[in-house]
Amino acid sequence: MNQVIRVSRRGFLKGTFSAGALILCARFFPDQATESLAAAGEWQPGVYLGIEPDGTVIIVAHRSEMGTGIRTALPMVAADELEADWTRVRVEQAIGDPKYGDQNTDGSKSIRDFYDPLRQAGATARLMLEGAAARQWGVPVAECRANNHQVKHTDGRVLGFGELVKAAARQPVPTQGELRFKTPAEFRYIGHGVPMIDQADICTGKAVYGIDARMPGMVYAAIERSPVLGGLLKSYDDRETRKVRGVLRTVEMEAARPPYGFQALGGVAVIADSTWAAMEGRKRLQIVWNPGPHDDYESEAFKAALQQTVRQPQKAVRTLGDVEAVFARGGTIHEAEYYVPHLAHAPMEPPAAVAEFKDGKVMAWAATQNPQAVQETVAKAVGIDKTKVTCHVTLLGGGFGRKSKPDYVAEAAILSKKIGQPVQVTWSREDDIRHDYYHSVAAMYMKAATDSQGRPTAWLQRCAFPPIPSTFDAAATYAGDGEMAQGWVDVPFSIPNLRAENGPAPNHVRIGWLRSVANIYHAFAVQSFIDELAAAAGRDRIEYFLEVLGKPRTIDFKAEGTANPNYGKPLDQYPWDTGRLRRVVELVVEKSGWASVKPEKGRALGFAAHRSFLSYIAVVVDVRVDDKGTISIPRVDVAVDAGRIIHPDRVIAQFEGATVFGVSLALMGEITAKQGRILQGNFDDYPVARINEAPYRTQVHLVPSEGLPTGVGEPGVPPIAPAICNALFAATGKRIRQLPISKTKLV
Amino acid sequence: MEGIAFKVNGTPCSFSGDPEMPLLWYLRDQLHLTGTKFGCGEGLCGACTVQVEGEAVPSCVTPVKSVAGKNIVTIEGLSARGDHPLQKAWQEGNVSQCGYCQSGQLMQAAALLRKKPQPTDEEIDDAMQGNICRCGTYQRIRQGIKRAAGVKS
Repeated sequence: MNQVIRVSRRGFLKGTFSAGALILCARFFPDQATESLAAAGEWQPGVYLGIEPDGTVIIVAHRSEMGTGIRTALPMVAADELEADWTRVRVEQAIGDPKYGDQNTDGSKSIRDFYDPLRQAGATARLMLEGAAARQWGVPVAECRANNHQVKHTDGRVLGFGELVKAAARQPVPTQGELRFKTPAEFRYIGHGVPMIDQADICTGKAVYGIDARMPGMVYAAIERSPVLGGLLKSYDDRETRKVRGVLRTVEMEAARPPYGFQALGGVAVIADSTWAAMEGRKRLQIVWNPGPHDDYESEAFKAALQQTVRQPQKAVRTLGDVEAVFARGGTIHEAEYYVPHLAHAPMEPPAAVAEFKDGKVMAWAATQNPQAVQETVAKAVGIDKTKVTCHVTLLGGGFGRKSKPDYVAEAAILSKKIGQPVQVTWSREDDIRHDYYHSVAAMYMKAATDSQGRPTAWLQRCAFPPIPSTFDAAATYAGDGEMAQGWVDVPFSIPNLRAENGPAPNHVRIGWLRSVANIYHAFAVQSFIDELAAAAGRDRIEYFLEVLGKPRTIDFKAEGTANPNYGKPLDQYPWDTGRLRRVVELVVEKSGWASVKPEKGRALGFAAHRSFLSYIAVVVDVRVDDKGTISIPRVDVAVDAGRIIHPDRVIAQFEGATVFGVSLALMGEITAKQGRILQGNFDDYPVARINEAPYRTQVHLVPSEGLPTGVGEPGVPPIAPAICNALFAATGKRIRQLPISKTKLV
Repeated sequence: MEGIAFKVNGTPCSFSGDPEMPLLWYLRDQLHLTGTKFGCGEGLCGACTVQVEGEAVPSCVTPVKSVAGKNIVTIEGLSARGDHPLQKAWQEGNVSQCGYCQSGQLMQAAALLRKKPQPTDEEIDDAMQGNICRCGTYQRIRQGIKRAAGVKS
């Protein structure tokens, strides 16, 4: 499937390589992408790796860096297989181009899709260097081994990579079958890690984000958008705006039409010689909006409607046995409803991009998770072919899913086309909070019947939320299969009668992916409800959980007839293995000291375990509540089975960070609307966890594994909120079924 | 019109624009010192933290007129070679994730260490709670400050 198809000495990124460099061009097909990309006919060779005559190894990072360390980790994989000395590797960030394969840095999939292709690229170049050395020395290639930026012969002779570049470029490209990979014991960097390549620049203020990109002749824009989604500009008066020192002009931008997708929203832009002048001028705009179809969107009423929906039978998305027959027999029945509000991404760097439209082409610099979507979106916005759009990817000051949607880059391109100059668009924090692609609001209804030992004999779960597909198809009201497979149809419990349902919900705001997506509300309901059943049975929560989880097994969704896209990966390669979930539960029990801490008033441990993005996670949180009801979290233990770990320190960092992200949404995150307008606007009314509110210490425990690598960016988030609420129940007797927790008085 | 004079990282500057313009935008858009970041515009997140006469201040709500005659230090001027003990500690501990808030975190932490060379956990939390990190690197920020201060974690 993955094969190298040619070696070219032509530079592929202008200026990246000098003449005479060996440039390796490896063709690869990530499993999930093969069909669609091949069908699109645009698939070109992908990952590039080159060696300069001076020995410098250049590796292209084609995924976006938003803090996960992927810009370091993937090049590190290629460097390891190449036997390169990391200090002689230079990483170049790719522009958006389908030849690199999927660049949408989303879905916690960079490593699982590109670990093998990067290894193949490294191994291919290594083999060619060894072949070149063998030829030069006139010896069998088996006597030559690459080692730390040199090829060594068994007799002790050495040639540096740089010295071999010319000859290596004339070597035949090995077939996949000829490739020889390093054994794990031989790994120099994989499984050990190297420092993040951007760390020094970050610490000295030199790192360049989208908001820092500058182009000659650039002007600054601030845009006033309709406060209600779909609102239309009726009229505006910019006389006061134009009096602001530094303001150059205003520009009317055409309103987007549903489905909104990644379109620029439209509005009135103020162009100025500084960001500040643009923002000040914008404050003085007098705009009359026609509010459009969503100005009746009220969060309270919408919540009630969602709750009504989940109280009624809905579309079954998974059916095992017959839950209704069991419920009809009576016995002990448990019911609970859960609710999670809209959330905003609030990356520290708000959306920002620079674009220049010139001679029918666009050059953009953007903090984007998805440069190919930038090409497509910008092309459509300014009426050119997407191949005429060059998207340079800067560092991202956080992404969390927000920056996979390039509406803000389209804004910059549209404005540049209108005024004939490069334009930087910077969203204010209020823009970011009020015009986000929100994490969906969701209601869940749970019902179970239990036997005389308190074990569930029937389990029904129903959810309703405006789905992400509604952003791309205004009529969509039911969840997509992908959303359903995020912790809903793949509930792992061994219960003979189990049904999962999904009800319809209309959208009134743009809905989008947010770190771990639908897993957030699904895990909140499922992991809270199982804890409720354990409490009702008077059992140790984890013992009960493991009992209901049942014997280690692989869930056969196909045999059941349940649709489970499984994060884009085949179930036979990445099965839902309940034994792996059990393993992380046992690990977190051991590491957290679960058995030795008994709940007391104001202090308890809470537990949750969840599989997402093909990784298995169990957490125990230590939660304290003081007599004023203030919550503190001295410690969180997270056990992780994510298959082979490529960069342990960055994986640990992702779970530390995901814990804080989970704490923010559990304790304080809530976006609400009134008359279609979002009520929050900044960190005062949309708070996120600060240093004194975050867990004091998060300990991450990685399961050693040689399994296929799985996701690490997102899976740490979903278990946090239910684990905290489960701890709060044990510590206070209050069961919290609605987030954020701040809405509930604890004392 | 007479300009407003002050020093940024030791270099004399004169500003003749709108005296209400926050220092942040002067630094970023005119001096092109983009290490100081915009995060909220309201002094709520600390991404824009710089030092004015050694005090950490949010530059997004500090009008240029208020720094007349003062010495301003930004992340670009925290040390000559990027080797402030905090900058070293940050790299040793791999503190940053996306890194966007870290200029502000470092400027805030540097001001703390000047006043309290051996801060306790409570003093660190007090001093740093104005600085949001959405990636959630707080634990490593705390460790980084202690490492730079030579305090045991």
